[in-house]
Amino acid sequence: MTTFWSWFVTIVTLANILGCLWLIRWTAKPRAGEAPVGETTGHTWDEGTLADLNNPMPRWWLWMFYGTIAFGLIYLTLYPGLGNYRGLLGWTQEGQWEREMEVAEQRYGPIFAAYAERSVRDLARDREALRVGRSLFASYCSQCHGSDAQGGMGFPNLTDGVWQWGGEPEQIMTTLMRGRQAVMPALGAVLGDDLDAVVEYVMSLSGAVPEPSDPAGRTAYMRACVACHGPEGKGNPLLGAPDLTNGVWLYGGSAGVIRQTIVQGRNGVMPAFADFLGEDRLHVLTAYVYSLSLDNGL
Amino acid sequence: MSHQHHDKPAVGHEKVEVNVGLLAVLILLVVSVGGIVQIVPLFFMQDTTEPVDGLTPYTALQLEGRDIYIREGCNNCHSQMIRPFRAETERYGRYSVAGEFVWEHPFLWGSKRTGPDLARVGGRYSDEWHRIHLINPRDVVPESNMPGYPWLEHRELTGRYTERKLRTFQRLGVPYTEEDIAGAREAVMGKTEMEALIAYLQVLGTVIPLR
Repeated sequence: MTTFWSWFVTIVTLANILGCLWLIRWTAKPRAGEAPVGETTGHTWDEGTLADLNNPMPRWWLWMFYGTIAFGLIYLTLYPGLGNYRGLLGWTQEGQWEREMEVAEQRYGPIFAAYAERSVRDLARDREALRVGRSLFASYCSQCHGSDAQGGMGFPNLTDGVWQWGGEPEQIMTTLMRGRQAVMPALGAVLGDDLDAVVEYVMSLSGAVPEPSDPAGRTAYMRACVACHGPEGKGNPLLGAPDLTNGVWLYGGSAGVIRQTIVQGRNGVMPAFADFLGEDRLHVLTAYVYSLSLDNGL
Repeated sequence: MSHQHHDKPAVGHEKVEVNVGLLAVLILLVVSVGGIVQIVPLFFMQDTTEPVDGLTPYTALQLEGRDIYIREGCNNCHSQMIRPFRAETERYGRYSVAGEFVWEHPFLWGSKRTGPDLARVGGRYSDEWHRIHLINPRDVVPESNMPGYPWLEHRELTGRYTERKLRTFQRLGVPYTEEDIAGAREAVMGKTEMEALIAYLQVLGTVIPLR
């Protein structure tokens, strides 16, 4: 705030408070020609049955008024309120937040630091660490993956042991830190007349339908799909290309949905959390996510 | 009923009591003090008038999205201001600062949160998540009590007023170039309201790092 506005705020504020003080004193002052205290002022209504008496302010009210003035002045001395004056306590909004963060860091920092020393596999068997992980998951992950971590259409189930980007601790950590972008291109035009045959072939990879006798589907698959999903349809975790043989479908495994996936393509996005949550907390989250598909009785 | 007046001239505060015009002027003076010291200086302070580093005006599509956000009343349940409390910054990201909002007309800060704060929702979810969530929130968050907005998917923007909207914001001090304004209609025409709203949501709060 510039000096001008600082003084502007200070002067108007103090003038206002002192003005209130002056006003209450001034109105309470007895004046010549005024009705004596307790007598009617001469204002009467309703044939004299209602009268306006010249009574002083009730004492409790008056003291409350003085109290608010005193409170205002004390407050403005202790806290920043008068322009650039910082107040005796040196309080700031940012400072209060920083202190709050410091207190939390002192309390929780060592816990996360201790977890950071231990491996994900180890933490995934630690009931206490998993409790922390579950609470982080509920705050930051459940919106997409569900509070039961079972995902939904387009959002991977994290409990079934099927991993689009790999399920090793390091791979999960990378997914959480940097996010992932899966791109299934729209292949309707590329496949043309072979579309239905490819849909049938893809379904046959997981045994949903018997392997088609017509080789057209396989031929077209080898041309358009093999680069990402592999010759056997096992997928590629480096590209986030799903395994087509395990019967687990991110967007649905019916002929209609598979057809739609091929024609329109899909874009699966996992946002990056490194900046927001930091490495230590993501380490615990990784352990929690890793633990979800472990059968460890926790 | 009769009102008996005394003939003595008004003294002291009686002058105010019997002169309603003077009373009005004095009341106005008293109640405006708060605004004069708390609001007026903000128009002249750097913190509240200068944009934060890297702030860019909304694109035409984002601006249309913002209008849909307002039309659908999103701001009735979602605030757009993260206060400097740990409970908020842990959940939503860094607290909001005035310089992020210098080009907002009107502000959509709000004070009621039936749903979460959206000041830094940009980039937090994928476009696809937003699409599914806006059509029927329970498809992704079973516990949600937010209403669905399925019609956004089917309504297309014509861009009829887009240029004029940008022009209005330009007059209010948002640094839109003539080029931005000239291309505004083209930029939104044929896009769905869903796309516009998602474009808006995805830019919210992204100019400042989350931590």
